[in-house]
Amino acid sequence: MGPSPWTVRRAARENRDTVTLEVEPADGVGPCVFAPGQFNMLYLFGVGEAAISICGDPAAPRGLVHTVRAVGRVTNAICRLRRGQTLGVRGPFGSAWPVRDAVGGDVLIVAGGIGLAPLRPVLYHLLAHRGEYGRVVLLYGARTPGDLLYGRDLARWRGRFDVQVEATVDAAAEPDAWHGQVGVVTTLIARAECEPGETTAMICGPAVMMRFTVAELERRGLARERIYLSMERNMRCAIGLCGHCQFGPTFVCKDGPVFRYDRIAPWLRVREL
Amino acid sequence: MRTIDALLTDSTFFRGLSPDDLTMIAGCGSNVQFQAGTYVFYEGDPSDQFYLIRHGTVALEIASPDRGRVVISTLGPGDLLSWSWLLPPYRKQCDARAAGVVRATAFDGACIRTKCDADPRLGYELLKRLAQIMEEQLAATRLQLLDVYGTSA
Repeated sequence: MGPSPWTVRRAARENRDTVTLEVEPADGVGPCVFAPGQFNMLYLFGVGEAAISICGDPAAPRGLVHTVRAVGRVTNAICRLRRGQTLGVRGPFGSAWPVRDAVGGDVLIVAGGIGLAPLRPVLYHLLAHRGEYGRVVLLYGARTPGDLLYGRDLARWRGRFDVQVEATVDAAAEPDAWHGQVGVVTTLIARAECEPGETTAMICGPAVMMRFTVAELERRGLARERIYLSMERNMRCAIGLCGHCQFGPTFVCKDGPVFRYDRIAPWLRVREL
Repeated sequence: MRTIDALLTDSTFFRGLSPDDLTMIAGCGSNVQFQAGTYVFYEGDPSDQFYLIRHGTVALEIASPDRGRVVISTLGPGDLLSWSWLLPPYRKQCDARAAGVVRATAFDGACIRTKCDADPRLGYELLKRLAQIMEEQLAATRLQLLDVYGTSA
């Protein structure tokens, strides 16, 4: 599958190194139907390709939304794109968050840093089908107040009476300017108002953060088979052929990025894997 | 108005203790309130009390000459504030600021220690519960030190 051309409709800076791009098909084809948790390969001609989660509303697939953090050559170039410029898109690829399996129970979403991006479509889906779920809880941790993503969404979700939203930062340099929590995201788990035996947890963030989060959730009685993680690896082909993203017996691009915890737990304990 | 015994049964920390134990602990407690911006205690103060937060947020801070006030963490409803009352030299190890109106139950540390010395079973039970909190906060601090959002994801 080759990339198709998409045009940047809007580029919004989220914080110092992260940009959210809204793109639309340059040739007018579409829509791009995707499931929450899937990703696209974004291709910049002459620069390279990067796997980026889709973070828009799955019920509005006419355009695509991607939040990109500038951490390397390709992502730096993508973050410099402006309205009207073109990039290539391949996808969508990968597995999805289990929004159907979670129906009828509570849903606990734990996001760290840019890990909120692949979970945002889950929030959109849950809130569009709010009556099908029990309690919905979002626990979100970032490095500093300035690193928090999607300020408008967070405010809107907080303004509802049917979603519990808790945010925390690892460090607040200006104590008088930040009135929220300070501490790592795992410290919020005790505040989550959900029933451990009836809860599906979806986690995305740095690997260490996910490890600590899983340990805390297990300690509080969540079943391993109801905990899901989105793994990040170096993805190249996105179709399970090149082997760059091999993780134990799986390929993150094809079998993931969303995995049920009990199915990958042994590989998470293998160092340097 | 609810009695301190009744307030204690609501808290995770004291949940499961016998009514006699709760009554004994409640005898060392009193309800207190702090206005936004006031300090519950400062680093170096005698640690003669600890608190069960019932409402509001308390910021734990360390003052640094070059960085000013640095918030290390925040505590909220249900959290226990301070454990330096338990061990010598009984001195507070950081500043605690009420980030908004805070309502809490304050416990006289010496009173609790005396009762625990007289009843080692109760003392061991409380110590296990405190150790659990310390373990959780140590794990959180380790994760915080890793600065996991600094380099990836």
